[in-house]
Amino acid sequence: MSILVNKHTRVITQGITGKTGQFHTAMCRDYGNGQKCFVAGVNPNKAGKSFDGIPVFGTVKDAKAETGATVSVIYVPPPFAAAAIDEAVDAGMELVICITEGIPVRDMIRTRHRMEGSKTLLLGPNCPGLITPDEIKIGIMPGHIHQRGRIGVVSRSGTLTYEAASQLARFGIGQSTVVGIGGDPVGGLKHIDVLKMFNDDPRTDAVIMVGEIGGNEEELCAHWIKDHMRKPVVGFIAGATAPPGKRMGHAGAIVSGGRGTAQEKLAVMKACGIHVTSNPAEMGKLLASLVIPDYLPFD
Amino acid sequence: MNIHEYQGKDVLRKYGVTTPRGFACASADEAADAATRLGGRAWVVKAQIHAGGRGKGGGVKLAWSVDEVRRHASQMLGMTLTTHQTGPEGRVVKRLLVEEGIEIDKELYLAMVVDRETGRVALMASSEGGMDIEEVAARTPGKIHKVLIDPSTGLKGSEADIVARNIGLAGKSVMQARTLMQNLYQAFDASDASLAEINPLVVTRDGRVIALDAKFNFDPNALFRQPEIVAMRDFDEEDPAELEASRFDLSYIALDGDIGCLVNGAGLAMATMDVIKLYGGSPANFLDVGGGATPEKVTQAFKLMLRNPNLRAILVNIFGGIMKCDVIARGIVAAAREVELSVPLVVRMKGTNESLGKTILAQSGLPVIAADDMADAAQQAVAAARRRNH
Repeated sequence: MSILVNKHTRVITQGITGKTGQFHTAMCRDYGNGQKCFVAGVNPNKAGKSFDGIPVFGTVKDAKAETGATVSVIYVPPPFAAAAIDEAVDAGMELVICITEGIPVRDMIRTRHRMEGSKTLLLGPNCPGLITPDEIKIGIMPGHIHQRGRIGVVSRSGTLTYEAASQLARFGIGQSTVVGIGGDPVGGLKHIDVLKMFNDDPRTDAVIMVGEIGGNEEELCAHWIKDHMRKPVVGFIAGATAPPGKRMGHAGAIVSGGRGTAQEKLAVMKACGIHVTSNPAEMGKLLASLVIPDYLPFD
Repeated sequence: MNIHEYQGKDVLRKYGVTTPRGFACASADEAADAATRLGGRAWVVKAQIHAGGRGKGGGVKLAWSVDEVRRHASQMLGMTLTTHQTGPEGRVVKRLLVEEGIEIDKELYLAMVVDRETGRVALMASSEGGMDIEEVAARTPGKIHKVLIDPSTGLKGSEADIVARNIGLAGKSVMQARTLMQNLYQAFDASDASLAEINPLVVTRDGRVIALDAKFNFDPNALFRQPEIVAMRDFDEEDPAELEASRFDLSYIALDGDIGCLVNGAGLAMATMDVIKLYGGSPANFLDVGGGATPEKVTQAFKLMLRNPNLRAILVNIFGGIMKCDVIARGIVAAAREVELSVPLVVRMKGTNESLGKTILAQSGLPVIAADDMADAAQQAVAAARRRNH
């Protein structure tokens, strides 16, 4: 098992004919069971054509009806990406993964509102996607740094999920599923949603949770962990050195009015029983010390 | 993106929010002329910089005659105004706003922000006008009233009325405040704002509800569809290095340390700064070259960092995914050919085309300090920067 996706998942790519969509669809097909998983593309102007053997449909609805896909991944440019999410939600997809960075917040506010009461889960936007090692990779992360295993990883930052996976590799520890939830202030799944899934997944033994400055979703998640999580969690928050009031690359990574600092988040997480580190180079080591009984690097 | 108060008030007026009458001025003569045109017997002269706390720093002055307006204006123009938001270096005042004086009965607080938890626009109001909202939130949180606005309906009249009464308004002022709040939401929504703050919102002696101040931030992701807002951008208010970085699509923020950082990915870039600090160093900048960097972009990034006189070392931390390590390596080599690499360079590369990248650097003859992981890289960079200091 794993969470959200596995080798049986069937995926539609929205924006398959653009440069980014083409490139990443090719990479994803080369990974795990990708040849079988990526079954359709969508482009309203290129219905009936095919891309590298993948049929292209005019709408998500058509693509879903023809292929039975339940997941869509979006590489559509920012001005049109929220509408692409809306289309996937309306078509009844179970999971929509939006890779696109730079979507206006107002568009996401409206899209989130439209999604109220819908069963569709949204991952992103502005995220690397997710990977269940050896089975399926949906998104832009490098496949080769991941290995199959029993650790869940969830992060707002793409490159820090890569960092976490590669640190785990040093100890021979693999991952069940690695999920990038994205760096935007208004989006879909949050840390807490993904932690709940890892908690319920029998193939996940422990979790690395990587947050960053801005907002309070890590704190909310920490409180949930304290009351419900049955598995150890390692936590890191990026941005302890970020100056207040400055947006640190990600649209959501900003300390405003003295709130959303790394120190504040780490303190709450620690108080809630999360194994926190302020050293991003030691996430893997700390996790290893918890799951490998005879490994005690902090003695 | 930020704009000046006078521009914010233009945005407010466009959506029917009442503000004092006033004119933006760039000279003492213009200021005196503005006062004459406004008429009345009292005026306010306000320095226009992108920072709050102007009053305490001497950037807001009341004048009782046109001559006094002129005097204040000539004092303020060209002065370096330092407030708690400008940093110690302060900002040079290049423009003023001259407004009619308003007789104030009550000062209130009104703001709209994006509430991340609910994914909605939140209206926040308080009876404690003129004060720092964070201070009110910390001391008397009960005095802050919040409404999460339904994007399909906008701010409802009933919601606005409750807020107005909660912050101490009564009678005709409630109706005025309702219209003002609804218009503010229109302004916020239509202009893709991320923050709209009116502090203070005032009730005048004659019972009018007026926006005495206006602070706006706009969503950078939406600027492509906001040409009127973009036209208000004041490049004088921006850090020159950050401005130049944005031309090359680099995300760069200047800091006060001495170790330059070049990283791919915002999270890893922040983490790199954090780990430098953890090992006793201090980062000179945040720099995310992004996922689609070219050797040219890397060269530009190096030039930017090397222009910083405080720079003592550079740390490159790349986790190649989509970004290939050899692209970064070629960028570094090209940069070293174009500009003198005057400080030690520590490079940590991992991921896609890692060995090719390392080979390119090794064969370049550049004095690159290679590091295995992030901790090793930070320690090497801190040590190298220390050696430069002695």
